Amino acid sequence: MSPLLQGIITVIVGVGGCVGYFFLSNLILDKVIFPPRADNPGQNINRANLVRPWLFLFPAMAALGLYLVYPVVGSFYRSLYNRSGDEFIGFGNYTTMFADDGFQIAFFNNMLWVLVVPAAATFLGLLVAQLTDRLKWGNIAKSLIFMPMAISFVGASLIWKFVYANNADIGLINAIRDFFGASEPLDVLQVRFWNNFFLMFILVWIQTGFAMVILSAALRGIPEETIEAAIIDGANPFQVFFKIKVPQIMGTIVVVWTTITILVLKVFDIVYTMTGGNFGTDILPSYMMSYMFRDDGRATAVAFIIMIVVLPVMIWNIRQARAEMR
Amino acid sequence: MDNIAGTKSSLSWAVNLSVIFLVVLWLIPTVGLLVSSFRDRDQISASGWWLSPFAVEQNFQAKIPAGEVRQDGEFFVIEGNIFSGGEGEVIRFGGARSNPTVAAAGETAELTRDRSLTVQENGDFVYRSPAEIKRDPSVYYSTATPPDFSLDNYQTILFSNNMDIAFINTLTVTIPATIIPILIAAFAAYALAWMDFAGRGLLIAMVVGLLVVPLQLALVPLLQFHNKIGIGQSFLGIWMAHTGFGLPLAIYLLRNYMVGLPRDIIESAKVDGATDFQVFTKIVLPLSFPALASFAIFQFLWTWNDLLVAKVFLPSNSESWVMTVKIADDLLGSRGGDWGILASAAFISIAVPLIVFFTMQRYLVRGLLAGSVK
Repeated sequence: MSPLLQGIITVIVGVGGCVGYFFLSNLILDKVIFPPRADNPGQNINRANLVRPWLFLFPAMAALGLYLVYPVVGSFYRSLYNRSGDEFIGFGNYTTMFADDGFQIAFFNNMLWVLVVPAAATFLGLLVAQLTDRLKWGNIAKSLIFMPMAISFVGASLIWKFVYANNADIGLINAIRDFFGASEPLDVLQVRFWNNFFLMFILVWIQTGFAMVILSAALRGIPEETIEAAIIDGANPFQVFFKIKVPQIMGTIVVVWTTITILVLKVFDIVYTMTGGNFGTDILPSYMMSYMFRDDGRATAVAFIIMIVVLPVMIWNIRQARAEMR
Repeated sequence: MDNIAGTKSSLSWAVNLSVIFLVVLWLIPTVGLLVSSFRDRDQISASGWWLSPFAVEQNFQAKIPAGEVRQDGEFFVIEGNIFSGGEGEVIRFGGARSNPTVAAAGETAELTRDRSLTVQENGDFVYRSPAEIKRDPSVYYSTATPPDFSLDNYQTILFSNNMDIAFINTLTVTIPATIIPILIAAFAAYALAWMDFAGRGLLIAMVVGLLVVPLQLALVPLLQFHNKIGIGQSFLGIWMAHTGFGLPLAIYLLRNYMVGLPRDIIESAKVDGATDFQVFTKIVLPLSFPALASFAIFQFLWTWNDLLVAKVFLPSNSESWVMTVKIADDLLGSRGGDWGILASAAFISIAVPLIVFFTMQRYLVRGLLAGSVK
């Protein structure tokens, strides 16, 4: 059976199954288990309403539990076992991993990514948001800068592989070097240490649009009076921006920053397609993928390290959400 | 507020110019790829895409038939035209592979062993050798070829490289993985937004926390789980995985939206005797359309562009490759130097997301705002 046909059948079965489940389970609850016409209809309605939320929640909670909660435990458990998974070795995977040069390089690079990419993307996003704010053609400019968000990391990597190509007749970087008199083309992806920044720029290129959209909305939300008052008091445009606008959208800036930070810790596609982790460009997600299917013990240990790095942001997010609900 | 004191027109010039600069900087890489995808592969490596509207100097090689040799004093000479009937304009030429463009048209190139070669602009050549010429000598020359734009790269990649199968596979992964989580999440979001029960706050906090769980954690345990229940690496497996991974964002976005719906409507419906199921399907779901659309676009872009989940949860044979895997694992390896093919493959894979992006940008922006500002 062709996969596409299989896909269409799955959509029908899936959607039909979901609707059927919700409809039938509600029907059974109301008509069979707690019918409102028995001896004490009021009590039965109340009981039914106690159960109903869980009917609505059950499929989602089951999927979340299986696909996101269980793996946290399952991965940690698996990381305590050896390569083939039959021998318990405690934190053996972690100790050998910490001693591994490859891991140290990947960890160091990942920290570099975490420092540079969110900062650069947020800064550029804020810059574009502010510059286009009062511009007539601002929406067109924003939509063009936002466009890389729709492009896959693999597609973006290919686009930039062209720019970085080790040939003055293909790559823009080498063409510019050639124009300024460099004799030999240079493979920028093999220049140790700095090649990391060339890879990071790809992600900055993608994420600037995201930062821009959100910060642009935040800038629009600033009360006009505060800006007018500052201008009347003689503030110049730079003072208005740095002393009036930025402090008022600080909360949004932090949200954008953390969202991009989380993303940076997950993206393996760019390193994987551009360098395959060679030339000292490995980061944790790509380091993990090099062990996936080969040594599950090591792979899950890396994944758990990523989880630990993400944990502070997760806790902060939850606290924010709870504070808002109160 | 452009006319308020303190805003200068020079500043507005600077703003316009810097925005133009940034937009151009942001577009150049994509435009380069788009232009390259239509160019002939030899032209791509002969000149940069920014020179593509102009004629390209390309190198060619021709064999001179040794049979037409005639003797001229002590030299053996071959004369003729390297285009052998065709037309062209020689720019430079040479007689050795190591230095194919040593002389300009009209000059005489001195070759090894006292031989010499002269090629005119119109292709007429004279080849002289003091020794007898046994094998056909090679002539290398460069000519200006007009720009060559065509759909050849697209044809090659689509019809002889299985990119069409990869495209259908991507579509196959994407459609169920976009539709099914919406439905499951919508019910859960309604419960979290409008139903009262113990532990609701805790569940919402859990959803927020799960938003940032790295997918990497899920790969190994879930693949083991899929193998154990007999799904293995298959389309069914990747649909389930994408559904699970997409749910936190779906629930979060939809709940945030549903909470903002007017309380009066829902309460008056309940007073009129509507059950929760009816309230949900007849009132909340239609009103939540913008949020549903936002999430659908997110999930669509994410599943279409995904590489990680596809690499792990789909079989690694070429019939099941989605486009991202095909490009990353196959084309970049085997076709690493064939830029025309790579460029057209990349454009085939990003065309659909770009169309979705530009037609539904409004919903995407709304979803982004609801998802992160709140």
